[in-house]
Amino acid sequence: MNRLLEINDLSVTFSMEQAEIQAVKDVSLTIEVGETVAIVGESGAGKSQLFHAVLGLQAKNANLTGSARFQGRELLNVSNKVLNTVRGTAINIIFQDPMTALNPYLKIGKQLSEVLQVHERLNQQEARKRSINALAEVKIPKPEKCYNQYPHELSGGMRQRVMIAMALLTNPKLIIADEPTTALDVGVQTEIITLLKKAHNQNNTSIVLITHDVPLVAGLCDRLVVMYAGKIVETGKLDEIHNHALHPYTRALINATPNYSLQINSTGKLDTIAGNPPSPNEVIKGCAFAPRCELADKRCENESPELESINKTQSVACFHMSESQ
Amino acid sequence: MSLLEVKDLGVTFNGDVKALDNVSFTLNKNEILGVVGESGSGKSTLARCIIKLQNKSQGNIYWKESDIHTFSKAENKNYKKQLQMIFQDPLDALNPRMTVAQIIAEPLRYLKAGLTKQAVAQLTHDMFLAMGLSLEQLNRYPHEFSGGQCQRIGIARAMIIEPELLICDEPVSALDVSIQAQIINLLKDLKTESNLSMIFISHDLSIVRHICDRVLVLYKGKIQEIGETETIYQSPKSDYTKQLLASIPLHDPEEERQRINALVASSNSQEH
Repeated sequence: MNRLLEINDLSVTFSMEQAEIQAVKDVSLTIEVGETVAIVGESGAGKSQLFHAVLGLQAKNANLTGSARFQGRELLNVSNKVLNTVRGTAINIIFQDPMTALNPYLKIGKQLSEVLQVHERLNQQEARKRSINALAEVKIPKPEKCYNQYPHELSGGMRQRVMIAMALLTNPKLIIADEPTTALDVGVQTEIITLLKKAHNQNNTSIVLITHDVPLVAGLCDRLVVMYAGKIVETGKLDEIHNHALHPYTRALINATPNYSLQINSTGKLDTIAGNPPSPNEVIKGCAFAPRCELADKRCENESPELESINKTQSVACFHMSESQ
Repeated sequence: MSLLEVKDLGVTFNGDVKALDNVSFTLNKNEILGVVGESGSGKSTLARCIIKLQNKSQGNIYWKESDIHTFSKAENKNYKKQLQMIFQDPLDALNPRMTVAQIIAEPLRYLKAGLTKQAVAQLTHDMFLAMGLSLEQLNRYPHEFSGGQCQRIGIARAMIIEPELLICDEPVSALDVSIQAQIINLLKDLKTESNLSMIFISHDLSIVRHICDRVLVLYKGKIQEIGETETIYQSPKSDYTKQLLASIPLHDPEEERQRINALVASSNSQEH
């Protein structure tokens, strides 16, 4: 196995006036070369914070501990100069909202060719040629025209394609796609996933897909990481988890997702997860999911379960996994 | 008798952009009609026409068989008592400077003026409980609530004047999966308990299948297809509906993988 990114005991803590808020709690995770991993969980689970920390994009009041090594090189708490040797070249990120990620004052072409001029020292003409090719690659109908347009002239789907073109420009080893399809129509969602899959197939690019949309991940990802309240609660091969999820939260999450290919069940109701996810400033003593969990007992309230390996691929953090089916 | 009838409705912007074109349908009592389509298809414009926030360019809308555009001031007020709306971004739709008790009671002040203070308090109180919120939160402000709770508050505000029609514009798209399911189940209960009709606007076709009795498919302002939910999902007639249904991610991982792989393969072959 060839390790691309190794995250060890990473925590992200925000110091606020009144208290400290821990958004990510001792997360360890390895991404192999050519691996496609989905990070799923609800808002506030810490999925974005984890990868923003890896790229040094955390907020100013964030305190990072642990380590994140990319091809053996430490990325946590290092200078921007060091970060910029991998950011924008070896690791690229695609954000949820392409309108805020693109500069509204600059033409698309300028924003794309700049990447190549800075990172690969190409001259303007070469950069233009490569950028237009990249736009064609992501199926933008008139790449030359798009090169000379401003972001506001494009639809949301087109803008997200531009973001993917930009992320692919430097042939990165790892692409972090942070909710890349959330703001888009279903048809466009499928196209975006298809483009990412294609990039993975062509260059063996590793992809981290951060999302709350569970059905969406199967088309792209082999492995699933489920996060809840800042921790990984379950990880394993996608099929393994789909067929045999061991954490009650994972099961509840899969069951609460409406299944379009099934008719309404006999009661006509969707399965729900009672209650709400804990708020970030809540002090959690035991398992964070315990207040919403049917299997929870005294031990769950007082002790926090550690992530334990079940077999080579699947791990789970739950005291009651043997009762799971 | 139909509750609402829309006939040949058209809305044109800037003289030539047709946001809605020849839209006709009826909504029955105690029915949930789904309106689906991609962004820009005219879903929200349709809702805005029905609540009279948007002027039509042509056609008519009938509420219980009378034309809503010929209503007098008093009839208009009466019409607005009978329909309410809930919105996509639940926090945005609540006034940040009012407590949730004030927010929920506000429609009563305008539409049911004359109720005593105690009666208003009682109604607010009951509505709060019916939405599964806890009473000690009544005097808090919207920012103290989660997205799902804010949507419950939005629904409480809509339901307090006992409307006959609830227009839901992407009511769960901004919510997490586990909370989505709670809100969908709540809306289903309201339909049964309050004999309510709904227009349910959404781009999420999986949710539409779970909650709607009939579905209307819009594309570029035109109705592509309208019919019973199961008929449309099992045997769609229009090509656009077929395309729309084919783009929903499948629940089974193996099937979804095959769907995307087929798309990647066809995209590669186009290039060679």
